[in-house]
Amino acid sequence: MPGFGTIGNVDWFPLWLSLRVAALATLISLTLGLALAYALANWRFRGKEALDALTTLPMVLPPTVLGYYLLVLLGRDSFLGKLHEHVWGAPLVFTWQAAVVASTVHAVPLLVKAARAALESVDRTLEDAARTLGASEWRVFLRITLPLARRSVMAATVFAFARALGDFGITLMIAGNIPGKTQTMAVAIYDAVQSGNGQLARILVLVISAVAIAVLYTMNRLQAAK
Amino acid sequence: MKTALEASLAKQFSADGFSLDVTLRCEPGVTVLFGASGAGKTLTLNLLAGLTAPDRGRVLLGDELLFDAGSGVHVPPRSRGIGYVFQSETLFPHMTVAENMIFPLAKVPTLERRRRVNHLLEVFRISDLAGRLPRALSGGERQRVTLARALAADPRLLLLDEPARGLDYELRHDLYAVLRQVREQYPIPIVVVTHDLAEAFLLAGRMYIYRLGRVEQEGSPDAVYAAPRTAQVAQLLGFTNVFEGVVEELDPAAGTSRLRCQGLLLTAGYLPGRLKGDKVGFCIPAAAVSLEGSSGNRVKGELTHQILSPSIARLFFRLENTTLDLECEVPRSRTADLSVGRSYALQVPASAIHVFPAA
Repeated sequence: MPGFGTIGNVDWFPLWLSLRVAALATLISLTLGLALAYALANWRFRGKEALDALTTLPMVLPPTVLGYYLLVLLGRDSFLGKLHEHVWGAPLVFTWQAAVVASTVHAVPLLVKAARAALESVDRTLEDAARTLGASEWRVFLRITLPLARRSVMAATVFAFARALGDFGITLMIAGNIPGKTQTMAVAIYDAVQSGNGQLARILVLVISAVAIAVLYTMNRLQAAK
Repeated sequence: MKTALEASLAKQFSADGFSLDVTLRCEPGVTVLFGASGAGKTLTLNLLAGLTAPDRGRVLLGDELLFDAGSGVHVPPRSRGIGYVFQSETLFPHMTVAENMIFPLAKVPTLERRRRVNHLLEVFRISDLAGRLPRALSGGERQRVTLARALAADPRLLLLDEPARGLDYELRHDLYAVLRQVREQYPIPIVVVTHDLAEAFLLAGRMYIYRLGRVEQEGSPDAVYAAPRTAQVAQLLGFTNVFEGVVEELDPAAGTSRLRCQGLLLTAGYLPGRLKGDKVGFCIPAAAVSLEGSSGNRVKGELTHQILSPSIARLFFRLENTTLDLECEVPRSRTADLSVGRSYALQVPASAIHVFPAA
């Protein structure tokens, strides 16, 4: 990664990678989460409860188990892995993109839950009124439901970002610990502690803590301003 | 072309056993759906708007079929061209008045859209509010904006659910003036749900009396008030003098009949189609009962209590030798020399007694 060398004897690459991975993972989670939340909140279909359970599963499964499943699903021998390799000419696992997948899986359940609650909290009559005023379902969602659920969805997004930033287990399983390539903050802290580099560990821990506090503060502000 | 609404709607709810089964025909002008809450009035509007699908029935607006259970036609709400003012507040809270008004005009070209919104803002005297958010409006202003928004896309049918709810006397009458204006300018059917009798009389060309998911009676307000078809309709219309009795005598030559009700024997108009001994119900408008005169039936009763309003007084009498209470409505000024606990003679004209089948 050009331009990100060491400043003050600390390698800042993991922080930069973590922020980038978390940002991308949040963006994907938000899209996926809203789509899933919309489907769960508005449609009646077979397997709805199963889908709901499936989105909750990552919250209850140990990260290593999730990582294992993802390896099976995306590994070089799997269908998806082969497809990726065929299209982009390189395997997905043990790349920074795999870290994005890991963080997304870590963040998405929370977003779905929060987004579903937020979408369902919007007054149905307002949506019905919009329908009688000629709005399509898509327009009702974009112009009425989403803007009215905006604050809760934003709070959930910020929280999801924090979750994505903090993923350790799944990332280690499918992206590995390759310094300068897939080593995110969480993994770098573990690495620093393991190799006896206490000072580096402390600095990284403080940085992550600062980000976490900023996230909590933002969330509270978003919820208080309702 | 005049657009009329013809609808037959049936819907069953297994959860609470409520069922709706009504047939409506609404010409341009105001049709009022009148009845107690829970009678299915709002449900009817939702079925017409397509927000809920009927189990059976058909909705025809002008020459367009909006719903037909038989052939599976169900036009979605957005394509029905129906303006709907809901019972609860439905202005979009995150949009200004102008933005709310533009919302239904998404497919209209920009210039035309502006022209229409400006026109409506003027007609409804809300131009000053265009830039405000709904929460900065008063209740009366909100209702005007909601009505203007419902009319923005030139609907072919307007549905109003308790439009005057929550407004005080003055604002209520402002709104009625606006509604009369709408009625003049838009030659479309307007269906108004209300449980306010005065409102129904003020607005309706025709009214449907709802009870327990059925239409109990329909007609012009005057016709319905003059001849309630059942005791329940009479009570819904505010009659307190609703009694049951037996036909004791029929005299077609004199055009009279005699009704026995507990210890009373009342003379009423002739009752074609009834036989001696038939059980019937009847009602007497409180305003027809008087303390003066000598025509009609003379009954005696003790004044038990009175309810006073600025211009009229409602007097309640316990009739002699019965357990019946009779209400008599008189001008307020007439009450000066009356005292509770004393007995008075009351006149009930034969023509004021309206008979319907016993419950």
